[in-house]
Amino acid sequence: MSPSPDTTASVPGIENAVALGLTRGEYAMVVQEMGGREPNEVELAMFSLLWSEHCAYKHSKKLLRTLPTEGPAVVMGPGENAGAVDVGDGWAVAFKVESHNHPSAVEPFQGAATGVGGILRDIFALGARPIAILDSLRFGEPDSERSRYLLDRAVAGIGHYGNSIGVPTIGGEVVFEAPYETNCLVNAMAIGLARTEDMVRSAAAGVGNVLVLFGASTGRDGIGGASVLASAELDAEDETKRPSVQVGDPFEESKLVECSLELLQSGLLVALQDLGAAGLTSAASEMAAKGEVGLDLDVAKVPLREADMAPFEIMVSESQERMLCVCEPDKVAGVLALCEKWEVNGTAIGTVTEGKRFRILRGDEVVGDMPVSGLVDDAPLYDLAPEKPSAPLYPAPAAVLGFEADVREALIALLSSPNLASRRPLFEQYDSIVQSRTVRRPEEADAAVLYLYDMGEGAPSIAASIDGNGRRVAADPYWGTVGNALECAANLACVGAQPLGTTNNLNFGNPEKPHIAWQLTEAVRGLGDACRALEAPIVGGNVSLYNEGADGPIYPTPVVGMVGLLPDATRAGGLGFTRDGDAIALVGWDGGEAGEGSLAASELSKLRGEALPDGLPEIDVAQVVGVLDAVRAAVRAGELSSAHDIAEGGVLVAVAESCLAGGRGAALDLGDAEDVWTSLFGERSGGFVVSGPREVLERLGTSVPVSILGTVGGDRLDIAISSLSESWPLAELQDANGALAPLFP
Amino acid sequence: MRARVLIRPKAGILDPQGVAVERALPALGFGGVANVHVGRLVELDVEDEGQLDAMCRKLLANPLIEDYEIQTVTA
Amino acid sequence: MKLGVITWPGTCDDVDARLAVAKVAEPVALWHGDSDLHGVDGIVVPGGFSYGDYLRAGAIARFSPVMESVIAFARAGGPVLGICNGFQILCEAGLLPGALLPNAKLRFVCRQVDLEVQTTATPFTSTCEVGQRLSIPAKHTTGCFFGDVPSEQVVLRYAPGHNFNGSQDDIAGVVNEQGNVMGLMPHPEHAVDVLTGGSADGLKLFEGMARVPVA
Repeated sequence: MSPSPDTTASVPGIENAVALGLTRGEYAMVVQEMGGREPNEVELAMFSLLWSEHCAYKHSKKLLRTLPTEGPAVVMGPGENAGAVDVGDGWAVAFKVESHNHPSAVEPFQGAATGVGGILRDIFALGARPIAILDSLRFGEPDSERSRYLLDRAVAGIGHYGNSIGVPTIGGEVVFEAPYETNCLVNAMAIGLARTEDMVRSAAAGVGNVLVLFGASTGRDGIGGASVLASAELDAEDETKRPSVQVGDPFEESKLVECSLELLQSGLLVALQDLGAAGLTSAASEMAAKGEVGLDLDVAKVPLREADMAPFEIMVSESQERMLCVCEPDKVAGVLALCEKWEVNGTAIGTVTEGKRFRILRGDEVVGDMPVSGLVDDAPLYDLAPEKPSAPLYPAPAAVLGFEADVREALIALLSSPNLASRRPLFEQYDSIVQSRTVRRPEEADAAVLYLYDMGEGAPSIAASIDGNGRRVAADPYWGTVGNALECAANLACVGAQPLGTTNNLNFGNPEKPHIAWQLTEAVRGLGDACRALEAPIVGGNVSLYNEGADGPIYPTPVVGMVGLLPDATRAGGLGFTRDGDAIALVGWDGGEAGEGSLAASELSKLRGEALPDGLPEIDVAQVVGVLDAVRAAVRAGELSSAHDIAEGGVLVAVAESCLAGGRGAALDLGDAEDVWTSLFGERSGGFVVSGPREVLERLGTSVPVSILGTVGGDRLDIAISSLSESWPLAELQDANGALAPLFP
Repeated sequence: MRARVLIRPKAGILDPQGVAVERALPALGFGGVANVHVGRLVELDVEDEGQLDAMCRKLLANPLIEDYEIQTVTA
Repeated sequence: MKLGVITWPGTCDDVDARLAVAKVAEPVALWHGDSDLHGVDGIVVPGGFSYGDYLRAGAIARFSPVMESVIAFARAGGPVLGICNGFQILCEAGLLPGALLPNAKLRFVCRQVDLEVQTTATPFTSTCEVGQRLSIPAKHTTGCFFGDVPSEQVVLRYAPGHNFNGSQDDIAGVVNEQGNVMGLMPHPEHAVDVLTGGSADGLKLFEGMARVPVA
């Protein structure tokens, strides 16, 4: 057996372990893992990171095990760098969403940029070429200077990275709510395309094989960064956390993408893994754990940006744009030659060993020696103690629209409200077309559509959407989360796509608090139920907990990302009205058994400053799934001129959005309504505004609820409902909808 | 007075521009080049020299990732 | 007819350019470190962020081994089309007049724009008519054209209301004095198929390039 590390080396002890985030009980467990010996500096740093919430999912893993993860299309499920689904003909699409919330709150440009870089590495670590990025952003209300700054810099950071690396940013969402003021959310989702047979797993294998680190050199970036930051509530001391900000280099990553894919295509690699949170520590020990092998890693061989780094700093550095691979000894020269071709540093830093020990060397000296299973598999898992709060957790939003306002003013207020105004000023800062796959650009349809021309003649397309209304989840964690998943699937249906799989990012507060535990438990139950009903299994995701600032927790925000397949891109649906004279119909709601919208936790209620209700109306999920099937079939058949799902703002906002996207007016007669406000602005899953020939819409009505609302045409939006009639010139709606432009001068 | 502010990446912070230039110079035949860093130069006339440091911290530099150096050009 | 498309580290739109070229000719991938042009009849210098746009957009790429061959090829009258970052590289290399400055609002903008054809006396626009409007996407941070260019070398201008980057005299694309080297900021290779391009107007420039008689 190998010599143990020099035990005269400093033993930091339990107080330092606590400072690094371990509990006293966890420290005792670590000592047990070490065979009764207290860990030295290197070992403690590694244990404390791998046993952090961020790496070990200590408070969420048991819940996540209840989610559906299997289905006919699943190629890779949770546990790999990203999930992947089959898209036919031997091709697979990999995708995953990940959060970079706390780094973005500290330095929004680099935080968001490195968030994009990190999720892209997860995708190409599987051997998939990244083909799209979507992002899901949440900030405080834009009347706060801090929120405007975070928004501006986060958007610039996402653009900087995605644009420079040549991966289109095709969609996403931006939401403004006061509970995100001191804890913004920056979630990024990436999608990749691969031949299924070329995909690679991350398990190290083959005793004697060589570990090669390639990419950027290692500096002190993010030491005590993401892993610690991501598990500690933010407070006013953020300034002191600043020196360890990671800086992203999209140019280095663009070389890494090409180098990694060429290494895989050349058959040179046994395994590949990206370096993310906890850097080498996490990447290497996960590869070893999955392969059930040991590793010897020599920190003296790691190329450094600063010469005087201690072994523990090298092991935990979160320097960006680095990859770790395993190859057979006789392939090392070939691997390094390809690295040279792409002007990427490549260095052999270790070997795969027998015995399932992870040994850290500095030259001939052993500076750390730990059991792989203890590091990766034995972190404690905690049960939650959920308890529904007896009093509201969140204050009512500030009122910006009086109850005396009429319907005319309400529509203008909604269209110009931060959550509904056009996102054009943001998405124009992103390259949405590079790689020549983008069939539906932002605001052309409810979901982005990408044509997979790589698959040859008759290639299918995929659609992608990401959604996560936190306010509705705060009102009702179960039904709110069900609604988020249904919303994603509805977006896909509007372009004609059937969900293949789901990814999710659970952004919540401190799970050790019973009411946060309750939110998390209910949300995961809702996510599981909805994904089972949609047959859209969860293939990967991420959990971000402890999202709390001085003013309390964020809204519980399960962000759901979905990828679906559509056979014929030329029939991809759009949201804008396209033909004068088309009939406009409301599909899916009938005011009776199939339900209708409700103002509970709606955008209108928010503008009116109403407190969140305790619970949302139940949803008949099976009925909604039936409506999605009918809308998808009609879009695929090319029968509809437009399809748009009814989301925030209700029917009237949905119609107005279809008018603006198509540059055409509409005249609606909604007949007598029990409550005008609910009919016009109520929200609920499973409703759509579609347009097309009248007979087509009537035929659709034989299988699902359809009511004809009016006709496309002109340059105004006219409505009649009960005794009320209103009319807006499109130009007025357009102006209102452009309200975000001043945020980006 | 006329002032000049030199802004450069903090020691130890990744400097992608510096790395790219450092790799490009030997390719053009300039050997023996190391530690290349690319920064910015801001020149400005100010009435109150005492405000320069605050200007740098708030706007001209990003103290998270950049160091700055204030030079007086003319009094 | 073989048209080459050069790739540098950091080039993004080379795949798109090869797809566009494939509609009119045989695409040939050229590598920045290889001075061999593999007998191509024309060269596309594509967009992206060669060398991360560090130092100055195009400043490092223009010294690549392949560029010596491109300069010789251009001097001999071969057609060369520089798109976006490729335009910047050709300006840095002295093959085209002028320079590209940061956009007026200093932000990256990705937007479908209308261009007006100024002259058809270049191979690239020989398939167009003077005054014809082309709908082509533009996407860049450093696309504000600045320079002293005789009006006969201005090939494309942004249509009224479409000059978002502040280019001097609405200039979107220029040629050299001989007319065989063209650069433009908008991306014709992203407008060769209505399915993904919003229009197929950009194809005209590649068709024109492919029509050039082989010298």
